[in-house]
Amino acid sequence: MSNKEIDDLSGTETTGHEWDGIKELNTPLPRWWLWTFYGCIVFALGYVIAYPAIPLISSATPGLLGYSSRATLDAYLDAAKAAQGGLVQQVADTPVAEIASNPDLARFAAAGGRSLFKVYCVQCHGTGATGGPGYPNLNDDDWIWGGTIDQIYTTLTHGVRWEADTDTRFNIMPNFGADGLLEPAQITTAARYVASLSGLEGGENTPEGQQLFAENCAACHGDAGQGLPDMGGPSLVDAIWLYDGSLAGIETQLQKPRHGVMPAWGARLGDTAVKQLAVYVHSLGGGK
Amino acid sequence: MGATLRNIGWIITLAAGALFTLILSAMGQDAPFRIQMGLVTAVLALGAIILMRRPDNPVRILAQGEAEGYFDSPIRVGSVLTVFWAIIGMTVGVVIALQLAWPELNFGPYFNFGRLRPLHTSGVIFAFGGTALITTSFYVVQRTSRARLISDGLAWFVFWGYQLFLLLAATGYILGITEGREYAEPEWYTDLWLTIVWVAYLVLFLGTIIKRKEPHIYVANWFYLAFIVTIAMLHVVNNLSVPVSLLGSKSYSVFSGVQDALTQWWYGHNAVGFFLTAGFLGMMYYFMPKQAGRPVYSYRLSIIHFWALIFLYIWAGPHHLHYTALPDWAQTLGMVFSIMLWMPSWGGMINGLMTLRGAWDKMRTDPILRMMVLAVAFYGMSTFEGPVMSIKAVNALSHYTDWTIGHVHSGALGWVGMISFAAVYFLVPRLWARTQIYSLRMINWHFWLATSGIVVYAAVMWVSGITQGLMWREYDEQGFLVYSFAETVAALHPYYIARVFGGALYLAGAIVMAVNIWMTIAGKIRKEKPIATAVTLQPAE
Repeated sequence: MSNKEIDDLSGTETTGHEWDGIKELNTPLPRWWLWTFYGCIVFALGYVIAYPAIPLISSATPGLLGYSSRATLDAYLDAAKAAQGGLVQQVADTPVAEIASNPDLARFAAAGGRSLFKVYCVQCHGTGATGGPGYPNLNDDDWIWGGTIDQIYTTLTHGVRWEADTDTRFNIMPNFGADGLLEPAQITTAARYVASLSGLEGGENTPEGQQLFAENCAACHGDAGQGLPDMGGPSLVDAIWLYDGSLAGIETQLQKPRHGVMPAWGARLGDTAVKQLAVYVHSLGGGK
Repeated sequence: MGATLRNIGWIITLAAGALFTLILSAMGQDAPFRIQMGLVTAVLALGAIILMRRPDNPVRILAQGEAEGYFDSPIRVGSVLTVFWAIIGMTVGVVIALQLAWPELNFGPYFNFGRLRPLHTSGVIFAFGGTALITTSFYVVQRTSRARLISDGLAWFVFWGYQLFLLLAATGYILGITEGREYAEPEWYTDLWLTIVWVAYLVLFLGTIIKRKEPHIYVANWFYLAFIVTIAMLHVVNNLSVPVSLLGSKSYSVFSGVQDALTQWWYGHNAVGFFLTAGFLGMMYYFMPKQAGRPVYSYRLSIIHFWALIFLYIWAGPHHLHYTALPDWAQTLGMVFSIMLWMPSWGGMINGLMTLRGAWDKMRTDPILRMMVLAVAFYGMSTFEGPVMSIKAVNALSHYTDWTIGHVHSGALGWVGMISFAAVYFLVPRLWARTQIYSLRMINWHFWLATSGIVVYAAVMWVSGITQGLMWREYDEQGFLVYSFAETVAALHPYYIARVFGGALYLAGAIVMAVNIWMTIAGKIRKEKPIATAVTLQPAE
């Protein structure tokens, strides 16, 4: 069966087999290939000796280096903690309002807050904390629930309308239109009055509007519409609007108000993280 | 006479099957299950009707193979379907690349990224790749064994049975049916069907090898056989699951926790090793020496690299689970077996490239051979990149990033795609007894479109993946993470757009191919200038 022949082009002998016209040369294994293969095997054996590798009955061979990925992770975490020089503990131990008096601690807390903000807050408040319809801008000095660091800290800890937290910030604006508390004409009048407070187009300061406002709105938004942070009543005079800042938008809100929700972060992230977030948010430019 | 009787048997079987699935469809406990069974009923009924209407002695194009007693009909259908599935799978790929760049393009629930992504991966791996493998294996095993497939009926069963599996898998993804196991998403009943088809495939292939007229088994058949046997084992073990109901689409894996993860990646990695590597090496070992007209470079190398590859590949799966709950010892083994796999993989590349020794001049005039060379070069590139990425220190950066996506595409587009295209270009003129392909220049266009597509895709994903990996691990001097996940996604946007461009180039090449194949089958020859300039140096014959 042997039809071995010498291939003209390579001068190598064939194996003598042939399939559908395909022949095979009997070229030896390329030396570099073989030695590289051996080299890889040697490396593998060395690695197996050095690292955990062979499973035994209740554990595996530990390897000469005593490596363990869990121990390595713990070492990294310990090193990272050590590098932060106890500043995390200092944040934990310092009341949030006093952090600012220690510049190093304040810088550290703001950096940590920035990192947390990017993970937990940007989804609603935006990457630049500029907010959007329904989500407050955190760069301006308009604060629905107050802009002092303690107020921000409380809002962060307990959230807004977060029912799982009994201390959550809570208020509800009545459905003036939808529940028939005001007539449609009264809604228009009140909306025009509110629009006039910040000089919006279509605004009209009428005695009827003024009276409606005093009877229905002032309790939460303040007599002059300046806002009452303790009640969570937004200011209506600063031309900053949570939803739609137009006459039609104000009418819609009077008809059937929308109510946003913010989670209570204290229970989820822990007090130290919330302090860092409070310091960061307070530092954004609008903190009082 | 015999043919008519056999058809009656098939018609009864199909009709009975249609009745059975109709009952399942009526009794099904969830809507997707009922829809799928209804679909199978329609397909089986259609098959029965087609067989009933088929003339006893259809007029057939008698290609050379059939004159020699080979059974080429499923190979013909398979060549066309390979091109069809290539276009489908790659189109879905471009669509999901677009969705990643512009998420507004998700149209839920049926056309969300989450459902289209397995449609793409299964579409190119199992539909395009699998059909190419079955088709070429039928062709190669007959030629290199000098034996007809042992049974025409069994060959048709394997062929259409596999297509039915593809249909069930693809429609299932769109309907939201999934086991959530990467590259093994189809649910239990689709898995059972594939098992039956796959056993039939093994019987058909092995039976044909057993009755071969050649004294030895050709190397291509070793690889095809390794592919068939190992995929059977991987498929059965990884899909062991308990259905919630025999009339419903949901099942739960028998494994849990890290054992489940390891089983899945033992499967996943060897789907790459035995489906996308061994199978296509079988393809390479036949078509490359045939196209080059040269003997295989080294018989010894083929033996050594075959057995080394088979032995080492099966242990390398744990490298998909570095730095997870998987015990350290298993991670170590996954890594070292991957490193030892480097040279066995390269054995196939060397045997492919060195087979061209003495025929390199053909690269200038033969775009099919050029495709094969590029395929083998990409095979070598990605089987070097793979072991590098399995090293834990590298993996710490590359894992979960687009680098992995780039890696798999340089293998899939470069190696699997190109070698399959070349095989189809080789097969079609022979199967339809055409003197030549419709247009060599269009193959050249295909070559360059595909090559630029791969280069764009792979390069973009490297940059994107490394950017992503570095951003994820960036800490500031206070020890806080610098980037949020959303920021890393935003940073990758330009690369995602470039990736769409790379994929579209590759798809454009496949469309050029479809036209070329269509016209070749239609018997046309394009008027065009020959591909090489007039002066060619012919080697002395």
